[in-house]
Amino acid sequence: MLVNNFLLLGAVLFCIGVYGVIARKNAVMVLMSIELILNSVNLNLLAFNQLWAKDNPGHVDGNTFALYIIAIAAAEVGVGLAMVLLIFRNRKSISLDELSEMKG
Amino acid sequence: MIAAVSHLGTVLAAGDFTSPRVDYHALAPEIVLAAGICAVLLIDLFVGEGRRWITSTVAGFVLLGAVIPVFTLGVIGSDIRSMFDGRYVVDQFSLVLKALFLLVGYVVVLLSTNEIEEGGYYQGEYYVLLLSSVLGMVMMSSARDLVSIFVALEFLSIPAYMLAAWRKRDAKSNEAGVKYYLLGVFASAIMLYGMSLLYGITGTTKLTELGAKITATGHFRGAEALAVVFVLVGFAFKVSAVPFHTWAPDTYEGAPTPITAFLSVASKAAGFVALVTLIYVAFPQAKDVYQPFVWVISVASMTVGNLLALRQTNIVRMLAYSGISQAGFILMPLAVAGTGDSAESSLRAVVVYLIIYAAMNLGAFAVVIAVSRKTRSGEITSFGGLFSYAPGLGVLMTIFMASLAGIPPLGGWFAKFGAFKAVLEAGNGWGYSIAIIGAVNAVIATAYYITVMREIWMKPVPDGDITPIRTPGAVQAALVITAAATIVFGVLPGLVSRYGNLTDLTGAFGR
Repeated sequence: MLVNNFLLLGAVLFCIGVYGVIARKNAVMVLMSIELILNSVNLNLLAFNQLWAKDNPGHVDGNTFALYIIAIAAAEVGVGLAMVLLIFRNRKSISLDELSEMKG
Repeated sequence: MIAAVSHLGTVLAAGDFTSPRVDYHALAPEIVLAAGICAVLLIDLFVGEGRRWITSTVAGFVLLGAVIPVFTLGVIGSDIRSMFDGRYVVDQFSLVLKALFLLVGYVVVLLSTNEIEEGGYYQGEYYVLLLSSVLGMVMMSSARDLVSIFVALEFLSIPAYMLAAWRKRDAKSNEAGVKYYLLGVFASAIMLYGMSLLYGITGTTKLTELGAKITATGHFRGAEALAVVFVLVGFAFKVSAVPFHTWAPDTYEGAPTPITAFLSVASKAAGFVALVTLIYVAFPQAKDVYQPFVWVISVASMTVGNLLALRQTNIVRMLAYSGISQAGFILMPLAVAGTGDSAESSLRAVVVYLIIYAAMNLGAFAVVIAVSRKTRSGEITSFGGLFSYAPGLGVLMTIFMASLAGIPPLGGWFAKFGAFKAVLEAGNGWGYSIAIIGAVNAVIATAYYITVMREIWMKPVPDGDITPIRTPGAVQAALVITAAATIVFGVLPGLVSRYGNLTDLTGAFGR
């Protein structure tokens, strides 16, 4: 099976994620879009790891990198959801359009 | 069960795993910080509400304690201590920056002490997060692998997101935190996509190998250029370079002021450390991609930062845009970093600029914190007549503003001098053109720094209240440290340029 298919899926996920971050106004949707980008990265890393492990069976650099990303993305989203909760408590809304206290 | 255990035994026996050699002396600053984080956490748990200020004192001592091994490492020898297969390296470059991060952290603790105690915030957690962020920066200066750079970046960013939103019930602080968080995570996700492409192209995450393999095919392909640009974008966000700067003014205004000082100095310096490491170790062959990219964001940062700073009325927002413009000046030498002889002087210029910028910018924020304790205002006009009732603060603010503007004999002029020298040494059109744009911008920048000085020296006190300002001891100490550094680096630039003299840098990076 070609590694291209996975890379193509990764690229498509990445583009959907970037579009979501830019176009969505709901904070939770933006967080989900960022998760999509991170997952496209993981997919890329795992596909590339298969590619490089073909000649060298002990090669796990990409897999290890993906594990780190999964762990840290979880921590990141934890903080992000806490912040979304914070703005919801103070404003009763999680729309990013309404976050415009400061200008200039 | 027994079968599983015996299977594990055979696996372990068959594997040729050898424990990596750990150089505890080289890791001592990180170990001291990690132990200190645990200590502050435990102390916060066991002392009563009224004695929580202890956490601030302990955090200060932890940061100073972590500087000691940095100095002993620097004194003992210039040999490069490389760990984990050259993925974590302690060399002169990283030692200088570790000392910078730890001392900046100490000054921020001094600035925070009264602000956090009187504001009714959670004190113990605040210092735990501050120390964690500093630990991430200290790791960043030694990281020589894509994975460790990513981990260090998140280690320093995640606590910073929380610190920016520290005033829980203040809408501005929430907004500051959310904007910083969303743009920060977005930038690091794009950077990760670039890193995954880099790994795919070269089959390694180690920077030195990556640097050797990135042009193994002899010519640059689209995927390689895309990967390099994506990775640089992630750090351009961290250093608040235009057009990735939109978070900076809002986050700086909304966050607690000591955290603003921390973000504008330490977090920015950490972004530059990663940029420098990547450019010099991983992308030396990719100069055709990174040089124009850095040239464009450097010119954009200088110009846009300056023009927007001119029309600010809030001192913190003004300092935020001034920081964006200063980031443009720090980026300037990197735009010619791959051109012949200017590689070394570019690196020196960046390191020296980071050290001096840290001193003068922290000093400016220290004055802002001291003055706003009385005026309760962030407007530039609130500095009116400062000299008539607080001459000390007035003179210090003048020194810091003059230094940021680059007026001799203060530190800032030497930093700018180094940056211009580096780009002129490149001797090509890119270097000359950015030097001219930089010179024009340095003149424009003087305008808004002088506005502040005019308020201090020539304007009347806005509300006629001329009771003197009582500056707490900790803030006074921070002012003395930063003012001394700003003046000494300007009068005796040899002191700091020696630390930027990293002739063995390429050797230090293990190439």
